Amino acid sequence: MAALGAGSMPLGDPAFNYQEQELNERLKRLYPAVNEEETPLPRSWSPKDKYSYIGLSQNNLRVHYKGHGKNHKDAASVRATHPIPAACGIYYFEVKIVSKGRDGYMGIGLSAQGVNMNRLPGWDKHSYGYHGDDGHSFCSSGTGQPYGPTFTTGDVIGCCVNLINNTCFYTKNGISLGVAFTDLPPNLYPTVGLQTPGEIVDANFGQQPFVFDIEDYMSEWRAKIHGMIARFPIGERLGEWQAVLQNMVSSYLVHHGYCATATAFARATETMIQEDQTSIKNRQRIQKLVLAGRVGEAVDATQQLYPGLLERNPNLLFMLKCRQFVEMVNGTDSEVRCLTGRSPKSQDSYPGSPSLSPRHGSSNTHLHSGGADSPTCSNGVTPPNKSKSHSGVGGSKYPSASSSASSSTSSSPSSINYSESNSSDSTKSQPHSANSNQETSDSEMEIEAEHYTNGVVEGSSARIMNGTYKHEEILQADDNSIGNGVTDDGCANSRQLCGGNQAATERMIQFGRELQALSEQLCREYGKNATHKKMLQDAFSLLAYSDPWNCPVGQQLDPTQRESLCSALNSAILESQNLPKQPPLMLALGQATECVQLMARVRSGSCSFARVDNFLH
Amino acid sequence: MACLLEAPLRISVLSEVTATSRHYVDRLFDPDPQKVLQGVIDMKNAVIGNNKQKANLIVLGAVPRLLYLLQQSSSSLELRTECAVVLGSLAMGTENNIKSLVDCHIIPALLQGLLSPDLIFIEACLRCLRTVFISPVTPVQLLYTDPTVIPHLMSLLSNSQRTQEYITQIFSHCCKTPEHQTVLFNHGAIQNIAPLLISPSYKVRMQALKCFSVLAYENTQVSMTLVNVLVDGELLSQVFVKMMQRDQPIEMQLTAAKCLTYMCRAGAIRTDDNCIVLKTLPCLVRMCSKEHLLEERVEGAETLAYLMEPDVELQRIASTTDHLVAMLADYFKYPSSVSAITDIKRLDHDLKHAHELRQAAFKVYASLGSNDEDIRKKITETENMMDRIVSGLSESSIKVRLAAVRCLHSLSRSVQQLRTSFHDHAVWKPLMKLLQNAPDEVLVMASSTLCNLLLEFSPSKEPILESGVIELLCSLTQSDSPALRVNGIWALMNMAFQADQKVKVEIVRCLGTEQLFRLLSDPDGNVLMKTLGLLRNLLSTRPHIDQIMSSHGKQIMQAVTLILEAEHSIEVKEQTLCILANIADGNTAKELIMTNDDMLQKIKYYMGHSNVKLQLAATFCVSNLIWNEEEGSQERQDKLREIGFVDILHKLTQSSDPNLSDRAKTALQQYLA
Repeated sequence: MAALGAGSMPLGDPAFNYQEQELNERLKRLYPAVNEEETPLPRSWSPKDKYSYIGLSQNNLRVHYKGHGKNHKDAASVRATHPIPAACGIYYFEVKIVSKGRDGYMGIGLSAQGVNMNRLPGWDKHSYGYHGDDGHSFCSSGTGQPYGPTFTTGDVIGCCVNLINNTCFYTKNGISLGVAFTDLPPNLYPTVGLQTPGEIVDANFGQQPFVFDIEDYMSEWRAKIHGMIARFPIGERLGEWQAVLQNMVSSYLVHHGYCATATAFARATETMIQEDQTSIKNRQRIQKLVLAGRVGEAVDATQQLYPGLLERNPNLLFMLKCRQFVEMVNGTDSEVRCLTGRSPKSQDSYPGSPSLSPRHGSSNTHLHSGGADSPTCSNGVTPPNKSKSHSGVGGSKYPSASSSASSSTSSSPSSINYSESNSSDSTKSQPHSANSNQETSDSEMEIEAEHYTNGVVEGSSARIMNGTYKHEEILQADDNSIGNGVTDDGCANSRQLCGGNQAATERMIQFGRELQALSEQLCREYGKNATHKKMLQDAFSLLAYSDPWNCPVGQQLDPTQRESLCSALNSAILESQNLPKQPPLMLALGQATECVQLMARVRSGSCSFARVDNFLH
Repeated sequence: MACLLEAPLRISVLSEVTATSRHYVDRLFDPDPQKVLQGVIDMKNAVIGNNKQKANLIVLGAVPRLLYLLQQSSSSLELRTECAVVLGSLAMGTENNIKSLVDCHIIPALLQGLLSPDLIFIEACLRCLRTVFISPVTPVQLLYTDPTVIPHLMSLLSNSQRTQEYITQIFSHCCKTPEHQTVLFNHGAIQNIAPLLISPSYKVRMQALKCFSVLAYENTQVSMTLVNVLVDGELLSQVFVKMMQRDQPIEMQLTAAKCLTYMCRAGAIRTDDNCIVLKTLPCLVRMCSKEHLLEERVEGAETLAYLMEPDVELQRIASTTDHLVAMLADYFKYPSSVSAITDIKRLDHDLKHAHELRQAAFKVYASLGSNDEDIRKKITETENMMDRIVSGLSESSIKVRLAAVRCLHSLSRSVQQLRTSFHDHAVWKPLMKLLQNAPDEVLVMASSTLCNLLLEFSPSKEPILESGVIELLCSLTQSDSPALRVNGIWALMNMAFQADQKVKVEIVRCLGTEQLFRLLSDPDGNVLMKTLGLLRNLLSTRPHIDQIMSSHGKQIMQAVTLILEAEHSIEVKEQTLCILANIADGNTAKELIMTNDDMLQKIKYYMGHSNVKLQLAATFCVSNLIWNEEEGSQERQDKLREIGFVDILHKLTQSSDPNLSDRAKTALQQYLA
């Protein structure tokens, strides 16, 4: 968006660049809902859309009269470069009278594209103006109405268009003069007109702070619109709405596999969960494996639990295999890792959250405290009294319980990991490693869920409040003590291909061949697939570099890259169970966002103050 | 301690007393403290929202017993707290309930309770006190009888949000006089309450803000202190500006605007400060708009009128802000014809506020029009404005009449309006009517307006004269109020200016020389000046001078002597010398001066005075005495030469003041001819 404004401007003037930057910032702050790629904002007067008696200077912001100025036939106007976008909600610009010239016959206002420029604004149809010599307002008519005071040299006149109720008012030296026009048509351009020699005016489309406090005026309308939304009558359907909301929350929790939380929520709200608990836990386990970079295990688990699923989704299978290859390079996939003998997952810097809630930017983290932005690590937050049944998963809070048992190369106290059931001796020596994957992750989830409940149940009300600040704080505080084996034990510096193990590297290369074969097979069956080709190319390219983590395609190794795949797999599983592949909550959010954008396109100004972001906090 | 109740109330309520109510009261006397506690709790549940039950319990004497239990140190804290809660609930009822509670001395008992160390109990007591004090029937003074109460309340402010809310609410309702403001100020109200403006609780912020508005009202000391207060590193005026932001609740915007208005009127903030011009004034204008509640519109308009009253620049800005002049015209449209048909409730509501709206609008018009001619024109050109003022003058509500006449007074300062709209609408008629038998404050404004209507270029002057106004004005000069005496004599002065002999005689006859001379010794300087003015206007044109001097010459000369001899301002002496000069212009009246050697000496003295104005007036007087064309001028010239006037005149021809030297030369020429 910034580039758009800068593009048309000559380079080289630092002062001007600074002003340009200030303009961009101000416009963005004033009109956040405007998409300038669709509807650019006025930033200067148009050198093309003016009468010949008008001269422009100072980056097309200063207007002066250069005609004879004998009578009204010598009037001349200029329009801004673009019409006012409806998504502004409330639009404002100011004009400073540098000189009133001979007679001060100046008009400030608005006009539609195509209105005669050999006139002052206000005299013709679809043209509106406030004139300095008599203080009258002209509403598409040659005769004015008494409106405000006269204006002259030194005065700053502002023009505010309210695109919510389609009215316009002017300001003089920062004081509002009251409504001048109502029922304005859409797509009006800021316009000024001059009529006698010596008249000079400067426009401010946001290059400088405005004299009038337009943001205060906007805040009133924002409050009005928000109030309107908050008070929207739902009448008889109150119960219905509540059920819908509960369903949305519940389905969201289920979708992301917050099993215990979903159960607790269902109990509290006396609603039903559509999916049975085992299924939720299975999905959750698979997601966890993908997010931990153990894609091979994830594929195995999927094939075991949902036979036929991957066969029906060859694209998904291919993506998984591709990822598995990348994780082998990373040294995180179990097929490779079991050969390295290194601390499992020691390179895995991905926080242990199994969820894939959408990101809304950092300011919104507590909307979905289980989300990726706020790692809700299970083990680390277990209160002491809850840990009786899993003494082994204590994390750094219980170093003695773990470090003594650990024989891994890692110095991490949290090296005891549930994931080692099928691999190295070192982990088998631990009391808990005998547990199956499923069991361990299961109990973990319960811990997390229980904690979740603890954190949010408030006093006697027993009402579950999603994402209270208090809750968030607990989660944050435990960030450092995240157990789960994700502690990054300094291996970032010593990262090596496949963990530096020869056998592992051989296994990887073999896997690469298998992958190549799979790709060729898919190509035969379904025809060429550019995406697949690219994916494969990128993955294999990693091998071309001595330090794959710091190479042009190294981005692939970032653990966050697992998220989209994880989400796709989860959706595929859900779809196979005849459940929605997207949670309704996200659908609703997406729809609301889309609606607001649609409002801008159909010129409903209130969209500016009804942004979805405003309600996510 | 018996509860005093008005007899009729007791009878009417007693008839409805039920056995259950009695049962509640009886349980308060149970010997088992646990049962008493349960009784109080049950009573609490029984009275919530039940005004009848509340009245019953009060009649049955529950209050003294509850107060006894509340004060008894043997009572458990829980019991004492529950008692305070029940009393608070009783106070929530009707005004009669409050009266009964106050009569039972609930206030000292609750104030005593505030000394307890227990916060819950304190909060219950404060809550009840708050409810009692915000009632209009409670005498505010009760808060100030014990001097230890205010400091103790200040110290409780830090305890909890509840104590903050209740205490600030008590303060804002009980600060009614400058004395109250001083007491609160001296006990650190500003330092203690200022931090509450950024409390997380809206209620606390709001009540704290209200406190500042009542503290600052017409109080220079408080206002001057307020401008320097910092809240969280920010100047208080900026905190108030933030509270006026347009997304804040209207109540908060309005109260913050009031605070800044009062600080500005008290001289603590300049009228050209941006926080007044760009924030407070626009905020108040906004409050006048149709989209707000009638109460808010009244308050906004009244505050706006007060803010701009003394400053013409603010008046000019306001007159162009948001079509204010036209917006106020809407204030006269209540109750609207629509409300009468559609909705009885709305009609009732409109009727209740109609007077308030009208008087508020008149006040704003009065302020707007007090200086600027263009604004006055704009006001009189507003739809039906003059008709509205005229009918406002005869409304039943005194507030409306007063505001209407204030508005009329502002507009009457315009020569153009006096000549046109005032005459067209015969405003003098309702004005004259208003002058009969009105309270002093209305009389002051009305008579002041009348002064303007009696100016010689006013077309209303004639009809007013014919309506027998002289008697009324003469009676005003006898008023105890200096303002009324000034206006009375001022109007007479204007009336006498270039008036017919008949009118002048009528004025003198009606006023009576005795009253005239009483006014010449009036303690109020303004009255004296206007009386001299009247005399001067009466003593103009020769026949009039001679006629009046022939009948009242002795007294007038006496009065002039007295004034010239006494300590008076230059203006008074100048005016007196001008009267003397007028007398010297008469044919026969001259002799009254010529035969009075003492007076001649005085004139001589003032010709040599250090003040040019007095020299000029005295010289003028001499010039009139020696004027050639008149009979006996030679003798007078001779006499004055003997006394030494010629020498003085010669000296004065050398004066550096051109007027004076000219005047002296003209006088000397009389000798040469």
